[in-house]
Amino acid sequence: MTTVLAAPTAAPSPGASRTAAPVVTGIGVAAPNGLGTEAWWSAVLRGRSGIRPVSRFDASGYPVKLAGEVPGFVDAEHVSSRLMPQTDRVTRLSLAAAKEALDDAGADPAQLPEHAAGVVTANSFGGFEFGQQELQALWSKGGQHVSAYQSFAWFYAVNSGQISIKHGLRGASGVLVSEQAGGLDAMAHARRQIRKGAELVVTGGIDSALCPWGWAAYLAGGGLTDGEDPARAYLPFAEDASGHVAGEGGALLVLEGAEEARRRGARVHGVLAGHAATFDADGASRLGAAAELALADAGVHPDEIDVVFADAAGERGADRAEAEALAALFGPYGVPVTAPKSMTGRLAAGGAALDVAAALLTLRDQLIPPTTGTELPAEEYRLDLVTGAPAPATGLPLRTALVLARGRGGFNSAVVIRAADA
Amino acid sequence: MRRVVITGIGVVAPGRPGTKEFWSLLTDGRTATRAITLFDASGFRSRIAAEADFDPQESGLTAEQAGRLDRAAQFAVVSAREALADSGLAGSYDATRTGVTLGSALGCTTGLDAQYGVVSEQGTRTLVDHTKAVPHLYDYFVPSSMAAEVARTVGAQGPVALVSTGCTSGLDAVGHAVDLVREGSADVMVTGAAEAPITPITAACFDAIRATSTRNDEPETASRPFDRTRNGFVLGEGSAVLVIEEYEHARARGAHLYAEISGFASRSNAYHMTGLRPDGIEMAAAITAALAEAELEPGDIDYVNAHGSGTKQNDKHETEAFKRSLGQRAYEVPVSSIKSMIGHSLGAIGALEVAACALAIEHDTVPPTANLHEPDPACDLDYTPLTARRQRTDAVLTVGSGFGGFQSAMILTSPPLKADR
Repeated sequence: MTTVLAAPTAAPSPGASRTAAPVVTGIGVAAPNGLGTEAWWSAVLRGRSGIRPVSRFDASGYPVKLAGEVPGFVDAEHVSSRLMPQTDRVTRLSLAAAKEALDDAGADPAQLPEHAAGVVTANSFGGFEFGQQELQALWSKGGQHVSAYQSFAWFYAVNSGQISIKHGLRGASGVLVSEQAGGLDAMAHARRQIRKGAELVVTGGIDSALCPWGWAAYLAGGGLTDGEDPARAYLPFAEDASGHVAGEGGALLVLEGAEEARRRGARVHGVLAGHAATFDADGASRLGAAAELALADAGVHPDEIDVVFADAAGERGADRAEAEALAALFGPYGVPVTAPKSMTGRLAAGGAALDVAAALLTLRDQLIPPTTGTELPAEEYRLDLVTGAPAPATGLPLRTALVLARGRGGFNSAVVIRAADA
Repeated sequence: MRRVVITGIGVVAPGRPGTKEFWSLLTDGRTATRAITLFDASGFRSRIAAEADFDPQESGLTAEQAGRLDRAAQFAVVSAREALADSGLAGSYDATRTGVTLGSALGCTTGLDAQYGVVSEQGTRTLVDHTKAVPHLYDYFVPSSMAAEVARTVGAQGPVALVSTGCTSGLDAVGHAVDLVREGSADVMVTGAAEAPITPITAACFDAIRATSTRNDEPETASRPFDRTRNGFVLGEGSAVLVIEEYEHARARGAHLYAEISGFASRSNAYHMTGLRPDGIEMAAAITAALAEAELEPGDIDYVNAHGSGTKQNDKHETEAFKRSLGQRAYEVPVSSIKSMIGHSLGAIGALEVAACALAIEHDTVPPTANLHEPDPACDLDYTPLTARRQRTDAVLTVGSGFGGFQSAMILTSPPLKADR
């Protein structure tokens, strides 16, 4: 692992007119430890976890019994009765988060030029619970019992499609799947649309598959802890880490061209300053390379990174690989690292999107949220892991954050977030 | 501005696998639609599909891969290998500057459908028995596993992702790859799409919305885009994967250049998850934006590869979009739908259509719309009925339209060197 910052070879200016990094003007959250941005963020700062015994189905017969479930989500408060029979929970969570983000941004897409606003989401499972219901109908009763809504309610594009319809977002849109890396890849793709001329893009990721069929897939995938104490099950970077907890939810953001946001006097949460993605084709981790390339893309030196939101697999081998990448880039104990996903579980496409929301609010409040559960990281990792209470800035203000994510199968993605005035 | 060229093509299409077989089927105007053999379709409203005659081991996959990979992922790996070999790149590229974007609307739906039957014990329990699942069920669950498999196949270490925008997935995946090369995130992208949707669950949901053709007694002529008698699309399957490169990178190694991808744009209709606005305004907007990116005028377009699914609604929508975006040129330029021959493979078709467009430029030949005998008065353009046309083909427009409201358009042009030939 080299620590030399290599600029991407022959990196040209982006394809179209705009080079100023786009800004985040709105945040919407649906997380296991809080529905809505402020409820979630206050839970995060208090170290309150949303991991608990599965309540959405009877998990007593399965070897894993904990999950991060979004609490208190009343579907009818977020989705019209007409949409109810044609949407999975993941789409309802997405519609709620998209509305919160647009409201937070104070943006009215209808006021924008035609085709200037779009939606780019990441997703990993589609509407899986809806899919189980229809597969059950198919297998138990036959094809003629499958709902017409199955044609779109379960597929991976459903959230982008429904958000687009709900808010009249008629610009360039997209859907990316790269498991946990997806939330960051979607934001990078949204940035790409803004560079190509879009003014506003709703972006991020939400996932939910807390149904027996989803559980069977999670269990086959491995990596889940069978710990039954919610406070001690998912322990990123701990000596006794035993795997992760699966959860649902995530975050959607409103990303806008810097100039458009300034012109309409929008409050800016932060700047999406850099991104890179890499792939582990031969088994060796390229997470560090993604981080380096993202820093280069942002024009930021490692010394300028004030906090890292880690991928935090909660599994010894993967934790070690991440810790080594961080030590190579920042030096041992070189930067505060945190993983508030210890309070939500891993949310697939929603996980890193939620970490970006956390990074933005960390820069706003000048408080780094803690990693819960883990009391001390394994010594060999040489990590400055924030645990216990939130860590205030020491010395200079917190201005720049790095968010890392790894998707199962070899995907790595990294994003650099800067404070609005940095 | 970095320019992007296609230097390799790999195809698994309905009929026999391979790019040559694909192009010969299209230019002969033959059809690969037939009665479904992949599952027992009796009891379904539509019982026809365009199936690939695909044997994993004959296509070079190991028994392990054939057992582990979903049928769509198998198509993708085989296509990627053909494309890489065709490009002549093997062993001579920087893996860290090489990425993969693969499109798929439904991911590993064949595997998921079959596995649900297993873990639910034929639908007798909803608290499914996870111990009966295959060990790789998670890979079916999250379809980025398909892109990962292709990335491992070609050794890509740059950006890798699956693009899943319904029936525009294939076009959008290639468009995404073009963006990555242009912006400098990669020099080489292995990109395309794969879909294997001919399963009971997919057939059932298209039955339920009456989107698929019920011409069960005449499967060979069932896919009838732009024909007055069309009554829905015919489900297809397959994969196309391209190797695309930054132009100087390709030129420096003396690569064969099929075509340049010179423009791409997408828009959303924000209208309905499955319905289309009759005015085609968003597809037209995507076409106009793609033309602008390519710095071309409607009059420059030599061939339009239509979405042409053969539903009543689509073909009218699209005809309106062509008129709105291309003006008078819409009435002059040959248009065709290869779905008339290979059906509609949902997320894969956009990539198959890009491959067909690159081959149209390569061979100066426009593939026809098969089965078009009785033109629909509402579809009053030149849809190249029945027979392929030899004609100079330097600039091609291909479009896609998908559930979720996605509308995409791409412009392919002759490679810079063809102009000299």
